[in-house]
Amino acid sequence: MIEITVNGVAHRLDVDPDMPLLWAIRDHVGLTGTKFGCGIAQCGACTVHLDGVPTRACVTRVGDVGGQAVTTIEGTGGPVAEAVRAAWRGIDVVQCGYCQSGQIMSAIGLLSQNKAPSDDEIAAAMDGNLCRCGTYQRIRTAIRDAARTLA
Amino acid sequence: MTLPSPSRRGFLVGAAAVGGALVVGTYMSLGRPGRAVAATPASGPVKPNAFIRIAPDDTVTVLVKHLEMGQGVSTGLATIVAEELDASWAQMRAAPAPADAELYANLAWGPVQGTGGSTSIANSWTQLRLASAAARAMLVAAAAEAWGVPASEIAIAAGVIRHPASGRTGGFGAFAARAAALPVPADMRPKDPAAWVHIGQPRPRLDSSAKTDGTAVYSLDVRRPGMLTAVVAHPPRFGARVRSVDETAARAVPGVVDVVRIPTGVAVLGRDTWSAMRGRDALVVTWDDARAETRSSAALAAEYRALGGRPGAVAASRGDAGAALAKAARVIEAEYDFPYLAHAAIEPLNGTIARNPDGSVEAWGAFQIPTMDQGTIASILDLTPDRVTLHTLPAGGSFGRRASTTSDWIAEAAWILKASGGGAPIHLVWTREDDMRAGHFRPMAHHRVRAGLDAAGRICGWEHRIVAKSLLMGTPFEAMLAGGVDPSTTEGVADTPYAIPDLRVEAHNAREGVPVLWWRSVGHTHTAHVMETMIDELARAAGQDPVAFRLGLLGNAPRSAAALRLAAERAGWGEPLPAGRGRGVAVHASFGSVAAMVAEVTADGPRLRVDRIVAAVDCGVAVNPDVIRAQVEGSVGFALSAVLRNRVTLADGVVQETNFDAYEPTRFREMPRVEVHIVPSGVDPTGIGEPAVPPLAPAIANAAAAATGTRMRSLPLEASARRGA
Repeated sequence: MIEITVNGVAHRLDVDPDMPLLWAIRDHVGLTGTKFGCGIAQCGACTVHLDGVPTRACVTRVGDVGGQAVTTIEGTGGPVAEAVRAAWRGIDVVQCGYCQSGQIMSAIGLLSQNKAPSDDEIAAAMDGNLCRCGTYQRIRTAIRDAARTLA
Repeated sequence: MTLPSPSRRGFLVGAAAVGGALVVGTYMSLGRPGRAVAATPASGPVKPNAFIRIAPDDTVTVLVKHLEMGQGVSTGLATIVAEELDASWAQMRAAPAPADAELYANLAWGPVQGTGGSTSIANSWTQLRLASAAARAMLVAAAAEAWGVPASEIAIAAGVIRHPASGRTGGFGAFAARAAALPVPADMRPKDPAAWVHIGQPRPRLDSSAKTDGTAVYSLDVRRPGMLTAVVAHPPRFGARVRSVDETAARAVPGVVDVVRIPTGVAVLGRDTWSAMRGRDALVVTWDDARAETRSSAALAAEYRALGGRPGAVAASRGDAGAALAKAARVIEAEYDFPYLAHAAIEPLNGTIARNPDGSVEAWGAFQIPTMDQGTIASILDLTPDRVTLHTLPAGGSFGRRASTTSDWIAEAAWILKASGGGAPIHLVWTREDDMRAGHFRPMAHHRVRAGLDAAGRICGWEHRIVAKSLLMGTPFEAMLAGGVDPSTTEGVADTPYAIPDLRVEAHNAREGVPVLWWRSVGHTHTAHVMETMIDELARAAGQDPVAFRLGLLGNAPRSAAALRLAAERAGWGEPLPAGRGRGVAVHASFGSVAAMVAEVTADGPRLRVDRIVAAVDCGVAVNPDVIRAQVEGSVGFALSAVLRNRVTLADGVVQETNFDAYEPTRFREMPRVEVHIVPSGVDPTGIGEPAVPPLAPAIANAAAAATGTRMRSLPLEASARRGA
């Protein structure tokens, strides 16, 4: 049995400790907002927070999570998350939307640590999240908008 | 519940109360149906033939007959409905229409429901405007009846029905049931564009909310009671078959429930995705390559070049290109090579399928050509198509891949359901590697061009030969081939808007075992690059400005000329740039629209940085200008990596690039500043999902040539730069 806490709820999962956290969340915890894209930490669609730090769930063993708090897109809340979501909606960032859970988790992670990121800091935080629809220009604008809201 | 059959004579037919909702359907006469594609339209009971549902709570739900894959079609179609209904935007909703080729055919295609060719808004435009105008008239008639006042005294604005003389008001929901019982009016006329309040305004997307809080459900998120997840061992080479399989170790993996043979490989069924993946890793399969494609892409490219040296089937011929070239003052000869490209949507292909106790089947997926997907499932499971219900979910990207001419992904799910024999629903998951190795690539292509200039710098003869594998041969769309020429190979060349008096275009259909498919903008992905880089070479050889040179050839193409002028003007064409930077232009017409782009690049050794793209597009009436801008911005982000570096190669028939490390899409840091300008137009809307892809590569290549003085003809440019071609 593996014990993990996801979005504040403790779960006991009968899974192999080698199972990537991504599949534990999707197939056993039952939350599907965290997405599968590549399985090798190249696309960031599976980004969750471990104790607030953006982490690729597809290459994180569920057995290694231990007592760290797992937050998925469904569990986000608070001023930073709300500012990010409002900014995303305000300029209609999304197209297909599939990568956007991961994009938003990375953006929340950035703005939680750094309320006024430079363009270079935004790029560094977001470069690991692929968007095949090419919404990067709006993502950059939305992060700037959210930073202004939080200032 | 049985609904009235659609009349084939009337334009607007069929209204019925469904749970208190007003349902209005339309049936546009297609005349004589075209040839059947894959499956005939579903027979059996008539399904709700509806585009618009008005609920008691005043919400208006548009049933979207096209696949939402990010292009914003749900928002666009809802905008058209809101306009004619005089609804408020806040009450608008969208939901996927069921699979029904009778009611939801793509009117640009014939009796097939499907999404592609940037046709969604264009083919729905008149259909939805008239359906919505009829629904509005029925609401007015219902209110008039209820209030006992003449219909002519009733007005609707922002979702509120009013009788100004008496001061009475009501919402749509209050009158929906009564309206549904009324006859559908004929001879509707859509609104005067001068009265539009939604069309042309940047109405917010209807799907932004669900796509930013994790609640949007994609087909990979479908969960059915008791379902098993399937992961399939596919052959490493196209056309290979299973010779033998040892499933012992796979069956010993905890969570693995079954292992089944299917025509496309060996499927491992597990209680969860990870178990199925581990089970697949433990399979020992030997493959029979007797009928497999074993050539390398380099060998195929050499064959293409050899074919390009021989005359091909004639796609276009006017004047006498050979004679003109013979008397040209100067002739430029050039060859171009293009690689396979993967669509690489971030959501890998997947689908879920289940058999009901009565033997009928339900499937969940991002169905881009539901008529074919439904027919394919039915044929595998020995059912009639009406016994297959499709539940369409939004796609996590497609770029053409989910419009597979073989329905390969959902067909595989159906084969697994059949082979497993059990009652468990099957949830098929392709890993990234499965998705990348499955072919259906943008075809490789080879172009060979001879173009001449006379002493005055005018084009004097143009011979153009293209080699590519046909997208249509061997598919249900094969009848679209004309005289051996696949128009999707030659589009953008054979129909060039440039006034070239002596033009000859020939094509060869390459033969190989690699499945190919349309990739966002199809043949234009390579033809626009060749046309627009060669035009640039000719302009420079003639000592003329590339914009002025093009304008001189676009006398019969005013929309192209206008878009080109607008892009050039907004980009500051002609203004000086620092050393090492360059500006390039391209304009291309596709899917009924025109897109022009000016690129600014910085040359940094063999790498190019694209700094800025200024685009001007003409896609007719701009139904939602913000969605149009998003499509153009996104086209740049989508296609940039293909311009710079992406290619799928084969080594002895085996795909080499199987994940995003080796086939890296555009990343955040690389995204240039994109400025989008829309040419004002009153012409019926045309496409925008694809038309902004074709001009990107040539605009960048022309800018790179301006920056470096070196012309790189083939794509991707980084490979071209390395081999000095």
